[in-house]
Amino acid sequence: MQDFISGPLVWIAFFVMIAGSVYKITAMIKAAKQEKVIMPYMRLSFSLRSLKHWLLPYGTRGMRINPVMTAYAFLFHICLIATPLLLAAHWKIWGIQFPTLPGRLADLMTVIVIVGGVYFLQRRILVPYVKNVTSAADYALLLFVTLPYITGFLAYHQWFDYGTVITIHMLSGCLMLMMIPFTRIAHMLYFVFTRAYMACEFGFVRNARDW
Amino acid sequence: MPDYKDWNWEPDKKIIADVADIGNKYSEVHEFVVSGDGEKIAVPVKTGDGEFTACVNGELWDARFERLWYPRFGPDARLAALVMSDDEWTVGVDGSVWDEKFEYVWNTQFSADGGRIGVQTKKNFQYSVCIDGKPWENTYLSIREFQMSRDGATVAVLAQLEELSEADVFTFLDGTWGVVVDDKPWDDKYMNTWGVTLSDDGRHVGLQVRVDNMKYGIVADGKLWPEIFAHVWEPGFRPGTGSLLAPVKTAGGFALYEDGSPIWDSRFMQIWKLVFSPDANRVCAVVCPEFGRTTVAVDDRAWDITFADVVRDQVFSPDSARVAAITKDNNRWSICVDGKPWPVDFDMVWKPAFSHDGSSVVAKGEQDGKYFVAVDGRVWNQPFEMLWEPIMSPDGAKVLLRYVEGGKYCRRVMPLNEIK
Amino acid sequence: MKYEPRPEVKDDGLDESIKKLTPEKIKETIRFALDKECGARLKVYMDTCVHCGLCATACHQCISHDMDPKYAPVAKVKDTLVEIFKKDCKVSPEFMKLAARIAYIECGGCRRCSMYCPFGIDIAYLLMVVRRICSMLGVVPMYLQDTTNSHSVTYNQMWVQQDEWIDTLQWQEEDAQKVVKTARIPLEKEGADIMYSVIAPEPKILAQLLANAAVIFAVAGLDWTMPATDGWDNSNMAMYSGDFESSGRLERLHHETAMRLKVKKIVMGECGHAFRGAVYDGPRHIGQAYPAVPVIHAIEFYHDLITSGKIKIVKKFKKPVTVQDPCNTVRGRGLGGKLRDLMNWLCEDFRDMNPRFEHNYCCGAGGGVINCGPPWTRNRVVANRTKGDQINATGAEVVVTPCHNCHSGIEDIIKEYAPGTHVKFISELLVDEGCMEIPEHLRPGGD
Ligand code: SF4
Ligand code: SF4
Repeated sequence: MQDFISGPLVWIAFFVMIAGSVYKITAMIKAAKQEKVIMPYMRLSFSLRSLKHWLLPYGTRGMRINPVMTAYAFLFHICLIATPLLLAAHWKIWGIQFPTLPGRLADLMTVIVIVGGVYFLQRRILVPYVKNVTSAADYALLLFVTLPYITGFLAYHQWFDYGTVITIHMLSGCLMLMMIPFTRIAHMLYFVFTRAYMACEFGFVRNARDW
Repeated sequence: MPDYKDWNWEPDKKIIADVADIGNKYSEVHEFVVSGDGEKIAVPVKTGDGEFTACVNGELWDARFERLWYPRFGPDARLAALVMSDDEWTVGVDGSVWDEKFEYVWNTQFSADGGRIGVQTKKNFQYSVCIDGKPWENTYLSIREFQMSRDGATVAVLAQLEELSEADVFTFLDGTWGVVVDDKPWDDKYMNTWGVTLSDDGRHVGLQVRVDNMKYGIVADGKLWPEIFAHVWEPGFRPGTGSLLAPVKTAGGFALYEDGSPIWDSRFMQIWKLVFSPDANRVCAVVCPEFGRTTVAVDDRAWDITFADVVRDQVFSPDSARVAAITKDNNRWSICVDGKPWPVDFDMVWKPAFSHDGSSVVAKGEQDGKYFVAVDGRVWNQPFEMLWEPIMSPDGAKVLLRYVEGGKYCRRVMPLNEIK
Repeated sequence: MKYEPRPEVKDDGLDESIKKLTPEKIKETIRFALDKECGARLKVYMDTCVHCGLCATACHQCISHDMDPKYAPVAKVKDTLVEIFKKDCKVSPEFMKLAARIAYIECGGCRRCSMYCPFGIDIAYLLMVVRRICSMLGVVPMYLQDTTNSHSVTYNQMWVQQDEWIDTLQWQEEDAQKVVKTARIPLEKEGADIMYSVIAPEPKILAQLLANAAVIFAVAGLDWTMPATDGWDNSNMAMYSGDFESSGRLERLHHETAMRLKVKKIVMGECGHAFRGAVYDGPRHIGQAYPAVPVIHAIEFYHDLITSGKIKIVKKFKKPVTVQDPCNTVRGRGLGGKLRDLMNWLCEDFRDMNPRFEHNYCCGAGGGVINCGPPWTRNRVVANRTKGDQINATGAEVVVTPCHNCHSGIEDIIKEYAPGTHVKFISELLVDEGCMEIPEHLRPGGD
């Protein structure tokens, strides 16, 4: 069991994640071509001009007027992506040596993901206009996304039964990977494209800024 | 159409009027118009305080009006203008005015030989038409389109036939607009009616209608084609026949239909502006093969070349073999003949014309505020201050130029091969 | 905080129209609209939205309602399209009535929220899809539908008869000559450089604006014309009601008319949505990526006349002035900078709004909202307290806005929130307030 999870399952998860993402993006581009009114207006320069603002913290007015949310959103997403990628323990599965994060820093980043998750959770519960559009699926998603980090944190500190915790950790990690293309986590994939489209509709077509 | 073979086609240059002098003589000089044969040039001028008349070849009409505008030469070179005296409007033709007066008149139309002249009229907030000074007996709530047959014997209008109170969206759905032919309204009413057209002999009437919110159709002689469409554009009769063609939007895209059935296999994103060949056997249209690209399709075959902005004003050669059209790409206007674009472009270009044998195409172009004549893609290095569309002679060897140069309006017939 | 339910509003266009609907007809229509007319955008937006609510802080309607969740942009989608998907298009006539209210009244398609959504989700587009469905079903606020009907019959939005149009121009030409003796409104002048087009309220209720235009053209010495046929009205409410067939038809005639007159460009009067219709939506509705004839908005036009020296500014308007950026000229054309230039050139005491430029709040009237007519006026004013606050914060006595919708919308708003304030067009500053020089030799009596 343990062997399967840390071996083939990881491979499967990555395969599903990558193949699924490629499929989703190809399907999106195909659909965009069919919709006629999208591709004729896409321009790389205008996309990059706008994305620059959207990828930098506080690069847009919206980010500046919601400073706390912006801080959480950036830290959460950076740590969410960077921590697993730069953690030595993960690369060991593949037998690769890599300049990786010191454990203490990775631990801190994991905590940031968890705290970010809690922040988003309280927003969903306490802010009426967020609560109104939040469904059970949104809570579930938050749980699935943070679970690998919560269990990673527990495993690192060897709280509870390490064997069980690490199993859940690996399972939930694989699950999350596989969920990326097929759930709302796909916003990770679509972000560049939806933003670029708007950037072109604003910038190229309408000579206006969208940040 | 008066036979243009009868025009003076002797190679010659004639100064007809001193345009600069007219400009100096009157405090207001409006827009010049010229007759088809080039023999006359007319303009509304202000002759005194609140006093206007028409100046033709430098001579004034006798009558004076509070307003005179929209002077237009008919095909027989008679000049009709819309005139107002004592707050009443009517039509002045070559200096004499119709007896009948109206609250308003507009949209002058001529029959093909110019023999009949008609306008839309308004009196007591009711709308009608008046032909050669004789108004229809009935009046209507509104009239928006007005068509005369080639012989001028038949007149069709689109008229509002039912009262519609403010914001009454429900009565509107039931249909308030219809067709009136020679002052007799048809029974059927529609949500919308557009593009009324008459066959050459005036015996057939066709138009686009909207029968329901999302349903469009083509009506021929009062009968709706059985098929209903997602959209339709202006229909047209095949010359000399009662056969009606129209671009209609079907599930697969726009299609060209004749008398209710498809005649082209191709489907396009857009089809409009049908033009028939003189022999009536061929038809061409402006089409969009894909979003954002437009071109001409002749008998179901689109040109390979497409344009980003505009294609319009297609013409067939007199022998029905060739097609030329105006194109615009990247905001530059040009001409394309049988899918081959001219190597020159202009700030603006006018409708091209073929020589009689179809071998040459001539067009008027504008560049940097000057006007030029171009033949087969070559621009004649002779700028004009004003220029009207060149007309090819019946034998195709000469061209009639109507232009202003050095303040003088000239009529010049010159051999085509001298334009270089 | 306790939020009030939506106030009851009677509108036959919604209340009566839904009586004719059956669930089958609704389902069939929605299916057609979603399957045949929508594609990548709809799908990707629906899959991408993470329900973060960041768009809520962008919408003037939501802010004006104290962040009432139902007015959040994302909620408007949730209560319409998401519900439709959830129910597999099996929704009731009553549902369609609410959907119409949300799409036509509670969103003006201003697109401000797409600048606050991290993904740039085009909520305005999504709600336009809802409008399209409503229009196909005939569930459209009565006055907006009537405007669309007018467009479909007359090609103008106010049932202006052909003779009324020409007559008004001729009479305004006379008025213009009282200011500049050489002023003309040259009708049907083939080959002029410019075709000037306006929206129907100008001949119908604000005719002096036409005379103002004639004065400006005369002083600048430009070669221009106006058509004496249908096709003169550049407004387009059909694109807002969701009747894209009529929208395409009228925009086609507008550009066809310009091409028939052989002009090189269309200059349009001070209107925002008309610019959108003529330049973006209209051409797309007939398969064109770009407008057939280049279209210049009045802001750009005046800016160009002043910088090129064709008209001269000789006087500055004294009263404190602020400016309303029309959505369709700022988010729709990036003309915020040029508008500021004009304000600074024309006004002594110009006080800018905050936020401004692309971030300006919609007037609340655009997107067809004001055309939904008297039943919804109160609603519209309540839904844009934000704009009232924004204007009050400037302390200005005059709000200048180069847009007819903004003009009327702001007038309603200041009546409620900033009494004593007035609204003006730029041409009124130029001509009526005498900011523009009228050379002595052009004045009546001068030589
Ligand atoms: S009104 Fe403007 S900000 Fe509000 S939902 Fe509509 S597009 Fe977004
Ligand atoms: S800001 Fe964008 S992602 Fe967030 S709720 Fe609004 S539309 Fe959805």
